[in-house]
Amino acid sequence: MGEFKVHQVRFFEYMPTGIRALAFHAQNEKMAVARMDGSVEICDCSDNFFQEKVIPGREQCGIEALSWVGDRLFSAGLNGEIAEYDLTNQKVKYTIDAYGGPIWTITGNKQGTHLAVGCEDGNVKLFEVNEDKIQFERNLNRQKGRIISLSWHPSGSKIAAGMMDMIQVFNVETGHSIHRMLVDRGLRTSRSEECVVWSVVYLSDGTIISGDSAGMVKMWDDCTGTLIKSHNVTKSDVLALSVSQNEDSLVAGTSEGFVVQFQFVSVVLEKDEKEWVRTRTFKNHTHDIRAVAEITTAVVSGGMDTQLVVRPLLDKVEVRSTASALRKILFPHRRLVSCAKKAGLMLFQYPSHLELWRLGESEGQAIPGSSLPIIKKPEKLLLLKVKGEEHIRCSIVSPCGEWIAYSTASSLRLYRLNCDNNNVSITKISKLPKVLSSANQLCFSPDSSHLFSASIESSVHMVSLNQLGCKYVATLKPKSGSKQAIHLLTASEDGKWLASANSDHEVQVYNLQKRKAHCTVPIYSSAVSAMAFHPTTNCLFMVHADQQMFEFSIEQKQYTDWSRSVQRNKLHHIWLKRDTPVTNVMFNPKNPSHVILHDMYMLCVIDKSLPLPENSTQFYNQLTLKSLPAEERKFYSHAFKICKTFREILCVEQMLDQSLVVVERPLMDITTQLPAPIKQKKFAT
Amino acid sequence: MVEKIDIRVVRCGGSKINLRAPIISYDSRFILCTSGDLVKVYSTSTEEWIHTLQGHTNQITGIALNPANHLQVYSCSADGTVKLWDFIDGILIKTFVFGYPLFSLFVSQKHEGVIFLHCPVSTKSEDEAFQLVAVHLPKSAEQEVEVKELTAVLGDISPNPSCTAVGREGEYIASAKHLKLHVYFFRKQRTFSFSLNATDKKGARNAFTCIACHPKEDCIGTGHEDGKIRLWRNFNNKKEYTHSTMHWHHNAVNTLCFTSEGTNLLSGGIESVLVQWHYGGEKKEFLPRLGGSILHISASSNGQLFCTSHSDNKITVIESSLKVSGVIQGLVKGEEVLTDLMIDPRSKSLVLNGKPGHLQFYSLLRDKHLYNLDIVQQEYIYEAGLDQFEVVKAAFDVKGSWLATVEQRGQKSSDLEIFLKLWAFDEQTQSFVLNTSIAAAHEDQIMSMCFSSSEETTMLVTTAKDCQFKAWVQGSEADTQQSFWSCDFVGSYHNLTPTNCSFSADGSLLAVSFQEVITVWSPETWELLSTLCQPPGEIRDLCFGRLSCSKYLLGTTTKNLLCCWNLLTCALEWCTSLDVWTLLPDPLSENVAAFSYQPTHTDLFVFRPSEPRPLFAHKSVCSGKVHRAVFVPREELLARCDEGSQWLNRSQLYFLSQDMDLLTFSTATEDDRMLAASKRLVVDDSVAVTPFYLLLGKHRQQQEKPNTSNPVTDKPQLPQGSVAIKELLHTAAHVLPAASVLCSLFVSSLLISNTGVREEMDSSEQEMDSEKEEEDSEEEIEACDSQQELRAQGSVDEVTPKLSKAQEKELRKIRKTDFSWMTGLIDSKS
Repeated sequence: MGEFKVHQVRFFEYMPTGIRALAFHAQNEKMAVARMDGSVEICDCSDNFFQEKVIPGREQCGIEALSWVGDRLFSAGLNGEIAEYDLTNQKVKYTIDAYGGPIWTITGNKQGTHLAVGCEDGNVKLFEVNEDKIQFERNLNRQKGRIISLSWHPSGSKIAAGMMDMIQVFNVETGHSIHRMLVDRGLRTSRSEECVVWSVVYLSDGTIISGDSAGMVKMWDDCTGTLIKSHNVTKSDVLALSVSQNEDSLVAGTSEGFVVQFQFVSVVLEKDEKEWVRTRTFKNHTHDIRAVAEITTAVVSGGMDTQLVVRPLLDKVEVRSTASALRKILFPHRRLVSCAKKAGLMLFQYPSHLELWRLGESEGQAIPGSSLPIIKKPEKLLLLKVKGEEHIRCSIVSPCGEWIAYSTASSLRLYRLNCDNNNVSITKISKLPKVLSSANQLCFSPDSSHLFSASIESSVHMVSLNQLGCKYVATLKPKSGSKQAIHLLTASEDGKWLASANSDHEVQVYNLQKRKAHCTVPIYSSAVSAMAFHPTTNCLFMVHADQQMFEFSIEQKQYTDWSRSVQRNKLHHIWLKRDTPVTNVMFNPKNPSHVILHDMYMLCVIDKSLPLPENSTQFYNQLTLKSLPAEERKFYSHAFKICKTFREILCVEQMLDQSLVVVERPLMDITTQLPAPIKQKKFAT
Repeated sequence: MVEKIDIRVVRCGGSKINLRAPIISYDSRFILCTSGDLVKVYSTSTEEWIHTLQGHTNQITGIALNPANHLQVYSCSADGTVKLWDFIDGILIKTFVFGYPLFSLFVSQKHEGVIFLHCPVSTKSEDEAFQLVAVHLPKSAEQEVEVKELTAVLGDISPNPSCTAVGREGEYIASAKHLKLHVYFFRKQRTFSFSLNATDKKGARNAFTCIACHPKEDCIGTGHEDGKIRLWRNFNNKKEYTHSTMHWHHNAVNTLCFTSEGTNLLSGGIESVLVQWHYGGEKKEFLPRLGGSILHISASSNGQLFCTSHSDNKITVIESSLKVSGVIQGLVKGEEVLTDLMIDPRSKSLVLNGKPGHLQFYSLLRDKHLYNLDIVQQEYIYEAGLDQFEVVKAAFDVKGSWLATVEQRGQKSSDLEIFLKLWAFDEQTQSFVLNTSIAAAHEDQIMSMCFSSSEETTMLVTTAKDCQFKAWVQGSEADTQQSFWSCDFVGSYHNLTPTNCSFSADGSLLAVSFQEVITVWSPETWELLSTLCQPPGEIRDLCFGRLSCSKYLLGTTTKNLLCCWNLLTCALEWCTSLDVWTLLPDPLSENVAAFSYQPTHTDLFVFRPSEPRPLFAHKSVCSGKVHRAVFVPREELLARCDEGSQWLNRSQLYFLSQDMDLLTFSTATEDDRMLAASKRLVVDDSVAVTPFYLLLGKHRQQQEKPNTSNPVTDKPQLPQGSVAIKELLHTAAHVLPAASVLCSLFVSSLLISNTGVREEMDSSEQEMDSEKEEEDSEEEIEACDSQQELRAQGSVDEVTPKLSKAQEKELRKIRKTDFSWMTGLIDSKS
């Protein structure tokens, strides 16, 4: 394993925002996650919850609810607008105003024909879902007080609406209210405080389940409009409810940070009479849980503590595998940091601004493991604010450090950076070619002469840069004709090759000299989470979300022998059990057989010259190896060398002087910035 | 050696009543609990001990109501039998002989004629594996049936019987061992097993500690070591079983119990808080400060009562509204008894350490806890590792008017704190009152303490590790006339450490042992009269002979010698090689009991100091060491002249075994007598048995009898009385006048108008036995009838919390007396 000089960077103050809503698409196994800043992430539940699409948010656009209608995703927020998303191009397709004040909830019926939104003014508005747009149809009978939550009966004929102090059941056809069920105000809070029905669920057998601010989960009968059973779950609020597909399990998220599961079990075994019984409690959050979703094999919850927690239900899991482990998604699965290798600059991407830092310098030689004295402190050179309301989708700094480019959903900007000692100035390149209107992903060629911009329909625009400005060169289009957006772009060191990966899991390799598609890597079932060209052999090294690795020879258009041996031998089960994807691939220039990978918790060097570990051998064996004499060491050593000395890693980059930059973001720093959680009495405190 | 006749070691009196969960009878009127070799029946309303079910010859290990007949109870014992009793009448119905020790018993409503027994897999006692077997009880008319056919239900179950429970309507049986839960379904004959993780990430101790099944739904509640309670459902499914968790206890849950309708779940643990969980809801209610940690909970089938048994040998009766309605207190046994076992000369009760910092007074005769005397008078903090005051020594003087106690703190640390306290018996309050408290009576640990045995002078001698012995006498201050105790003499001998001290029977000699040397002093002059020495070996215990043998002094040494010196000649009379730890003279006879400790067990020898030949020897009275023993004077002499058991005629020998079992010796005649007594006692169903009932209830029965049998009687006896009582009992409470108004009316109604013929009364008085007359002489009887006097006396006794010795004796006699003479009297009167 090589030795590296490491810049340990902790000045990237990345701060994720809380999760506000979850929507699960059962057929495609996709989870849509809406955050407080208005961004929407699409995770693939069947692919280790890899964030395959991210739609950046906008300023002043809080999403309150998400809903799938067929394969279309809608959101609504307190700005009173309903938005539909263009998932292929990862942007907002259109927004329409519902004209009912702030919208608290949106939900589509099972048939996929209608959307219902609940507004501040007490209206439940029905929208017809057309082929390309949605059309306002009518209002249901207007109620006093806001509509907080809505749920369609699976038949689509009735809607239950959670309001202040009550639940209303509407007949959709007539628009009349059938039942009005009053919810008790909490005993603990003052009687004058209204009880908010935060969430309702309408089951096909006519049971309505509500979660309210009094901390109760109540089961109601819609035939008679009466309360069947009530469970006091928490002292504070029950904020979210979600029922499983077959309606035998219900999860409730509370503001105390735990999820309570209810199950529909028979009271007497082997009899049909069933009852909702509170069963398990999952405590994985520290703050309010704002959204829960019960998917086929797991409970997904997210809240103010910004993490998405996937808690598997072991009784539903067929085979215990890597997919059935507790998973916490804390950091985005794509890079927010780019690095100018030659100039020693770092570009940090925040939602609405960019920061450019110059790395510090140190002196002297040190023994491995110790820290060097710093002679020059890192320095913030630039803070670039985004024009307009939109958040940044992607950003990049060129390897020479002269160019900065970023893109929002609607615009792409390119800046030239002038750096004279301490005087830093930027000039915006005003005349951009028309194709550079927006980009899903950006990439500079290693010699900084070209900019690649991933655009719609998986195409890549190639622009040449010089002192005067930029010039459109070519557009690279895939042969497959896929329309999905590209999320990864990488160019080879010699400037000959460019590879792109899109959310159809396709990896295209382009020949930059011929400016056309060279080949396609065989499609693997899991998305590519990181890839890079080997600097000497030009083999494309890919790591997938399911932790598998492939090495693809461009020249031979086939997998290399090492890659085949990896597939034959199978990876070690500990490697496969890791729950965060690899987000960057690098190569050790001193030793071409060394591949450097990292995920959130570790840095790994794979020595391709060493044998792969067997499943039975010890995976983390560096300490054991140290204690062995040199001859035996060889016998026991295997390809994987893991380094866990760093805290939560956002990004690792390699500089030109072969030092590594490790951008850490300790979770403690994030949690200290979160608002205080609800105070809970703990035993013996 | 004298051969062992029919004397056997029994657990009788002061036994554990908390070994197994008590049972509440179907009508909530009785509580049944195991107590050593007996099953005791208590009344739930008065907490009085009603009677015992006697017949087992070893520890009873399980009781259960017969599901087919709620007036019958099964009991199983380590003697290898299951007995079926009628617990109302106390009659043994049947005995089923199994022939190997049984550890617990379960019954089910559905399985009629079947009982489930918790027994070891193999008959070897060392084997730790237990199994659950089902037994079809054979239907035969014989009293004693041998049972051979067993069917194993579950193998390898936990030795703790609270880890096994029968499920709803006997459909299944659930048993947990360590981290595994097994559920056996009878109908499908299938076992489902569920296991928990040994170590959760949070380091949870997940092992099962107890189990309970919901009576109406298929739900199993389990308690765990970390204080969690899990409710299991869907357990007929290997995969889709589910459980919910509730957590309040901070330490292991000792017991769980569902109420009869399953609306509530009760749990208890070391916190001694009864927690009532609302089934299906999140509400819970607490009943805190119940005393020792809760070991068992049981609920009555009509839901009125719960009872909890506690580690301090106590059963608490609790109403369903979580209000304590009564306490049944057994002999409190702490971790160790530091004081000797003593007999209070006044109440003849056993005195020893009880609650921390207290002395308890326990009546062995009635097997009832009398009261606790707070010695330390400081709050005890229930926390491990704290050094707190403990009562280490206590002694009574001959008359029982003085009690000396020693409490000490700081045994582990260097700064030892010792208090010597002297308590005077106060006739008025009938309890001991602190008279003198001497701080730092000695500089080091007090080794032994005894009062002078003479009746005239009260003198206390203490020996301590500071190489001194001190004599304390009562003095009084001139101006205040208050008596107090002060030191009279400080003695030492060659700077050796004194270990034991003993007064001779007449109090004229004091023997103090200094390691290997016994010194004999005259307490009058404090003159060293003589020294006795029999090296090698230090003196371990010493005592003087009594009565005719009072010229002998006995001593045991660490080098296995039992020596007897004649004090008249100051020479060694005899000496024998015996490893004796405890010497115990019987105060009522010449006999001395010696416990000799062998590596695994303890032997008992009873001998007279006059001859080195044992009167009685009993090998291995119990396993382990016997630390404490006491002779308890009998109420009445045993009329038996068998040589071997003669020494038990006057007093009974009780001793504490290593595992804190109070054991005693029982003779065959005694067994017969007790069996007969229990048969004679027939409990009337309608009224709980109290002394008041025995007086008044009997009277009412007799009063009804003449009415029917004697139609000639023109008017019923005691018309005013019955009317007044009726008025009192049948009128609604809110319309009754004040109690003070009624009281005189009621008392006067009990009086019989003094118009009866005098002579007839005299004749009836002669019918009374001699004891009665003796009592009459004590109480002055004037013109009024003795019958009326008795009644008044009875009610007065009921009110007084503490009875004098004479009164108590009298009351006991009254209870035993047959009142049929009264009927005769009334008949003759009319």
